[in-house]
Amino acid sequence: MRLTQVAAAGPVLGVIAGVAAGLWAGAWAGVAAVAVVAVAAGFVGWVERRRYLAWAYRERDEDLIVSRGVLVRRISVVPYGRMQFVEVTAGPFERVFRLATVQLHTAAAASDARIPGLERDEAARLRDRLATLGEARAAGL
Amino acid sequence: MTEHPEDATSPEDAQSPEDAQSAGGAVGVGWHRLHPLSSLISAGRVLSGLVGIFALSLVTAGSYKHDLYQLIVAAGLVVTGLVRWLVTRWKLDGATLRIETGLLRRDSRQLPMTRIQAVDVERPFLARILGLAALHIRLAGAGKEGDRLAYLTVGEAARLRATLLAGQHGLDPATPEPAELPVIAVPAGRVIGATLLRAAPRFGALAVIAVAAVTAVPGIFLAAESTLGLIALGLVTRTWQQVTGRYGFRVATSPDGIRIRRGLLSTVAETIPFRRVQAVRLEQPLLWRPFGWCRLVVDVAGVAGRDSGPKAGGLTRALLPVGDMNEAQHLVGLVLGHDIPELTRPPKRARLKAPLSYHFLAAGHNRVMAVTVTGRVCQKTVYLRLEKLQSVRLTQGPVQRKLSLASVHGDAAGRRAHAVFSDRQADQARGLLDELADLSRNARNAESAG
Repeated sequence: MRLTQVAAAGPVLGVIAGVAAGLWAGAWAGVAAVAVVAVAAGFVGWVERRRYLAWAYRERDEDLIVSRGVLVRRISVVPYGRMQFVEVTAGPFERVFRLATVQLHTAAAASDARIPGLERDEAARLRDRLATLGEARAAGL
Repeated sequence: MTEHPEDATSPEDAQSPEDAQSAGGAVGVGWHRLHPLSSLISAGRVLSGLVGIFALSLVTAGSYKHDLYQLIVAAGLVVTGLVRWLVTRWKLDGATLRIETGLLRRDSRQLPMTRIQAVDVERPFLARILGLAALHIRLAGAGKEGDRLAYLTVGEAARLRATLLAGQHGLDPATPEPAELPVIAVPAGRVIGATLLRAAPRFGALAVIAVAAVTAVPGIFLAAESTLGLIALGLVTRTWQQVTGRYGFRVATSPDGIRIRRGLLSTVAETIPFRRVQAVRLEQPLLWRPFGWCRLVVDVAGVAGRDSGPKAGGLTRALLPVGDMNEAQHLVGLVLGHDIPELTRPPKRARLKAPLSYHFLAAGHNRVMAVTVTGRVCQKTVYLRLEKLQSVRLTQGPVQRKLSLASVHGDAAGRRAHAVFSDRQADQARGLLDELADLSRNARNAESAG
C-alpha cells in the first residue's frame, strides 16, 4: 500500500522539484533536483518493499501470530481468548485501493497485532473469524 | 429529567439501616441514600477555608460586608452538596450494584459484582471524625468518580464491601465478612526513613543548584530563592503525602483477598481479590540496597492513576512500601503461590548489547509463573502468573541479531505489567515464545475448569 503511495508521490514530487529548481537556478539544477528526488523515492520504495515483505500473519488453532519489521524484528502471539475487540480501519489511501487494516486489541497496552494492507474482503473475513473465535474462547481478566 | 422519583424510594430509605441489621449483616434491598453529612465532607476543605477567611476578616476589620460573597459561595457549596445528596441513591440488585446520580444529567451505573477488580474503603480525616467512609469500587476500564459511594457510615461500608466481595467470588451475597489474618505491619520509622532516602537525591540536586546559582550570580539570590523555594515546597509536600499515605501500613490476607490498610490522617483499606492480581513487581532502588530494603507493587487491571495518596487510582498499588527481602518473598508467595521458577542468566555476549543492565538480567519460568529481572540502577523483578498473559511477543533489534540474541515479552493487562526475558539466545527465544503461549493457554484452561 505504501509502495503505491511512494510510486505515485515520487514522480509528482520529482516534477515539482525539477520545475521549481529549473525556474530558480537554471536547467541543470532542475535535472539535479529530479535525480535527487528519484533516488530518494527509489530508496524509500526499497525500504517499504522490505517492510511489506517482512509483514506476515498466520491464524493458528488457538492464537494469531503476526510478524513484522526489517531492522527490528517483532513476532506477536495473541491468543484468541484474550482479544478484547477487533478494529478495522481504512484511511483515504487504503480506500482508493480497496484495502483495510485489521488490529487486535487485548487488555494489555503493549500487545501489538496489526495487519495493514489487507484486501477489503479478506479484512472482513478475518474480522468475523477473529470475533467468533474470541467469543468462543473468551476468558476473564 | 430533573424530577427525582423520591416518592418511590423514601419508604425503603427510612428503614434501610434496620433492614440491614435484621438481615444478619447483609445490606438491605431497595434504594439507599448516602449519609446526609456527605455533602459537608465533600465541600469540607473549601468550606473550612472560606469560613476561616470570613472569621479572620470579621475579627481584624470588625466588618463583614466585604466578605459577604464568601458566605454566599460557602452557602452555594452546601446547597450543591445537598442537591447531590438528594439525587444520589444506590441499590443492590441481585449480583449488581446500581448507582444513580445527577440532577440535570442523570447518570445510572450498573456495576456487576463479578467484574469487580478491587474495593477500597477510603476515610479522609473529616470523615473519620464523623464516623463515615467512602466505598470506591474498581472495575477494569471504568471511570474514576462515578463508582465511588461517598459517604456511608463505617458499618454500612463494611457490610456493603463484604457483600460485594462475596458476590465477586460467586458466593451468596449474605455471606458475612471472613476473618482476616495479619501478615505484615511496616514500622513507622522504616516508612519515614525509606521515603526520605528516596527523596534525598532530589533534595540534594536542589541544594546543589541553589548553591551554584547563588555563588555564580550573587544578585540573582532573591529570584532564585523564590523559584527554588517553590520547588522545595512541592518536594516537601510530596514527601509528606507519601509518608502519611504509607504510615501504619498493614497487610492482611482473608479468603476474599489481600487487605491493605494505610494512612495517618486519612486512611484507606484496600481489598484486592487474589485472582485479580495481574502481576507483582519487586523494586530495589539503589539507596535502599545498603539496608536490604525493597518494595512490592501489585498490578490490577483498571484505569491508570496516581500511585500514592488517599485517592490513588487503579492499576498499581503498593503491596509493601518498604520491607526486607524475606517479607517480600513471603508476600509474593502468598499472593501468587510458592512455585517460583529458577532464574537463568542470558549468555555473556549480551553484555555487549546491554552493558548497563547486564549485571541484573535474569529470567525463568515454569508451568505456572514467569519471573524476570531487569533494571540498570534500580533492580526490577516481575512475577507474572502465566494464566494472566494477554499476549507474547518476541523482538530482535539489529545489534541483537548480530549477536544472535532476542528478547521475549509477556504482557499482562494494563500499561505497566510486563515481563521481559531480555537478551536470550535467539534460537531458544523462538522456542520460548511458543512455549509461553502454550503454557499460558494450559494455565488458563486449568483456571477456568477449576
